[in-house]
Amino acid sequence: MLKKENATLATDIPIKPKIKHSKKKINLAAIWTISPVTIWLLLFLFIPLFFILVVSVMSRGTYGGIEYTFTLENYARFFEPLYLRIIVVSIAMAAATTLICVVFGYPFAYIIAQSPAKYRTLLLLLVIVPFWTNSLIRTYAWIVLLRTEGVINTILLKIGLIAEPLTLLYNSGATLIGFVYTLFPFAVLPLYASIEKLDRTFLEASSDLGGRPWQTFLNVTLPLTFPGVVAASLLVFIPTLGLFFISDLMGGAKTMIIGNLIKNQFLTARDWPFGSAASIILMVLTLMMILFYLKVSGGKTDDTELL
Amino acid sequence: MSRLTRLPSVAYAVFIYSFLYVPIAILVAYSFNDSKLNAVWKGFTFAWYAKLWTNTSILEAAKISLTVGFFSTVISTMLGTLVAVGMYRYRFRGKGMIDAMLYVPLVMSEIVMGIALLAFFSMIKVPLGMGTLLIAHITFSIPFVVVVINARLKGFDQSIEEASKDLGANEWQTFRLITFPLLGPAIAASAMLAFTISIDDVIVSFFVAGPDSTTLPLQIFSMVRHGVTPEINALSTLMLIVTLTFVVFAQKLQTRKR
Amino acid sequence: MKARKGFRLILVLLILASFIMSGCGSEATTDSSDEKVLNVFNWAEYLPKKVIKDFEQETGIKVNYGTYSSNEEMFAKLNTGQGQYDLAVASLYYVDVLIKEGLVEEIDQGKIPNVKNIGEEFLGKDADPEDKYSVPYLWGEELIVMNTDLVDKKVTSIKDLLDPQFKNSLVILDDPRTVIGSALAVLGYSPNSTNEKEIEEAGKWLKKLKPNIKVFDSDNAKALLASGEVKGGIVYGAEASLAIRENKAIEKIYPKEFLSLWQDNFVIPKGAKHKENALKFIDYILRPEVSKEIVMDYPYANPNTEAVKLLPEDIRKEIDIPEEEAKRGTHMKDVGEATVIYDRIWAELKQ
Repeated sequence: MLKKENATLATDIPIKPKIKHSKKKINLAAIWTISPVTIWLLLFLFIPLFFILVVSVMSRGTYGGIEYTFTLENYARFFEPLYLRIIVVSIAMAAATTLICVVFGYPFAYIIAQSPAKYRTLLLLLVIVPFWTNSLIRTYAWIVLLRTEGVINTILLKIGLIAEPLTLLYNSGATLIGFVYTLFPFAVLPLYASIEKLDRTFLEASSDLGGRPWQTFLNVTLPLTFPGVVAASLLVFIPTLGLFFISDLMGGAKTMIIGNLIKNQFLTARDWPFGSAASIILMVLTLMMILFYLKVSGGKTDDTELL
Repeated sequence: MSRLTRLPSVAYAVFIYSFLYVPIAILVAYSFNDSKLNAVWKGFTFAWYAKLWTNTSILEAAKISLTVGFFSTVISTMLGTLVAVGMYRYRFRGKGMIDAMLYVPLVMSEIVMGIALLAFFSMIKVPLGMGTLLIAHITFSIPFVVVVINARLKGFDQSIEEASKDLGANEWQTFRLITFPLLGPAIAASAMLAFTISIDDVIVSFFVAGPDSTTLPLQIFSMVRHGVTPEINALSTLMLIVTLTFVVFAQKLQTRKR
Repeated sequence: MKARKGFRLILVLLILASFIMSGCGSEATTDSSDEKVLNVFNWAEYLPKKVIKDFEQETGIKVNYGTYSSNEEMFAKLNTGQGQYDLAVASLYYVDVLIKEGLVEEIDQGKIPNVKNIGEEFLGKDADPEDKYSVPYLWGEELIVMNTDLVDKKVTSIKDLLDPQFKNSLVILDDPRTVIGSALAVLGYSPNSTNEKEIEEAGKWLKKLKPNIKVFDSDNAKALLASGEVKGGIVYGAEASLAIRENKAIEKIYPKEFLSLWQDNFVIPKGAKHKENALKFIDYILRPEVSKEIVMDYPYANPNTEAVKLLPEDIRKEIDIPEEEAKRGTHMKDVGEATVIYDRIWAELKQ
């Protein structure tokens, strides 16, 4: 009883230190525990990010390099049709990947959540295991399947379903498969987490009140699990924009997503300012999505859900 | 679930699982295929495994991956645990900001982190290599450690710590004798997570690795880029086995704890 | 008790880790020229592993070997991390850029006695007229290849690639400078044009070609060709030869309107930490028997005349560029300010 009171006290009055000790001592311990990581992240994450932000408003030299004169041209370039299209294509690809992952992942997560408790861990583990193998290896597995002399074409030719090998690799469809395959588990896990938490009595109440299954789904299940859907979308959408190696390996280096654009600016075109601007735009995009997530989930982020 | 809906459910689950596993199964199967170019089955062989064993660049890359994985795990787990405990225990001005800071790398696009670090190291004229690779891996591992430890701390019974202090233990003793052992499983879990993401990372490593620090994923990347050879299948199979053993072992460990 | 033990372990690890960290730091900052290490940066699929191994065995120098797939990539990496690489390979027009930008060290040819094996015509090129900064490695051409099993049409020129029957079935070099250069030549302009209008026109021409392009690839075209993944395309000569070794139906074609030649030279990037080792490596590569071994695996044309003499007849035929073809061939040149335009046109094409 006493314990509980203590706890509520502490949360009610947030300014007051939880543990009564001399203030000085606590501060010292706090500094020792918290400052290493703070300094680390400042040094190796926030200063680099700030540098990118600065570079994004500078000009490019003839052979690359940075000329330290202020300009907003790098951002203006994104309104040129060429780059606008890259952004639109990236978002479309990421959206398609997200849609496929969520639409196929939702019923799947639902089935796992409804399965007998003793199988649940195993079923879930089976989803995670492929995700524990290297993402390049997973991409490579699809190349083995899809190429002209690949497994699928060989089988189809053998059983006489086709006369000529199909073109399966090096197009945006192949890229999409690569994205979905790489990120699918990221969708299933948060979906599962939210579906599993679902209070069954709501569903029963709905059907008791005469709701048809699909009505129950649309009016009760879906809204209640919506934060999970958004979390899943986020976890698929954000990484997709950066997975340059999948579009390189499976798309034949023909279509660029924003990740390829950024990579190329730094590693081939040597246009650091433009690449930096693209990175900043990608960050802003990401940030907007996360704010949206926080809004729908009511500000309550559940760490485990995001994992 | 009613009988009627069970069959489609099972069928659907089987469909999804095959989507997840068939490519991997085929990858494994073809690591034993006695043909370099074709997908036609030509016969069983261990040749690709033998070849792998003599491929020094792969062995070298594996060594680098394990080294970087080990040190980034140790350092990020320590730093992450420390900050998680500190953040849980103390309240101070600016705490919200540090909290937000800890989450930024978690939600940031990896490529942006890679680029930012590349630009940063280039600006301060630090040559890319093992050192920069390690720094990058520690940076992206820390938040994952924090999240896992946090989850454990949320269900923490603070009265034990208080009891310890009432009995005259100082902060350090309390941490060492009470908090740390209680956090044990969470620390192990976070270390495992940190190790996995370090071993698996492609994107950030791609930008910050130097000539002496080609990790296994980077090596695989260049191998895949330069041609489809069953050697990669063999390598993938081996890595799969290692991962699976790891998972099964970890699972066993966890169930025994319970 | 148990907990205490665990804690001590962590402490030990911490100390160990800090040791390693400081080790990394000092290694990165000190100039260790007598260290037995060499960081080489070269094109992918350009130097057999065995040659590196033999060099390591003979000299005891450990070689870290990095690869790239375009001059642009090489240049960008050298630009970003100075002091990372001790030796790199660049096409002539990039040797020019590297010198202009002050990104390479002078090379003392006195320390590379085997330079004597290099043929006259490969030295003193415009990019490095006094051979102060670079030493020739290999050279070659970019030509059209066709898999005659899959293609009936008699292809003779780059223009012929526009034929709709090649829809989504060609491999093209992933190289902005030479691909746009070729397009310029097809349109009758200089492949080294700096005129924005002309370059844009070349970009438009390439857009017409794009539906036929299945893959942009500079380092694995041979596998795509040999396996029938593509019907043909524009590739490096050696890639064509290697594809022919696997698949006899593949045919080399010297494009009628324009033949692009290139030569790759060794350079020592500015700030290289193991310069002496780099010189040793160059000299090792220029040994006739070593150079011969490289060409056996990667049949590029070889400026090392002594090595060519050692080659078996069939390989010599493989690497041979007929004299009248070589004569009309053009080397790419640095285009200076226009580089930005080339980059833009390339990005547009890739979209």
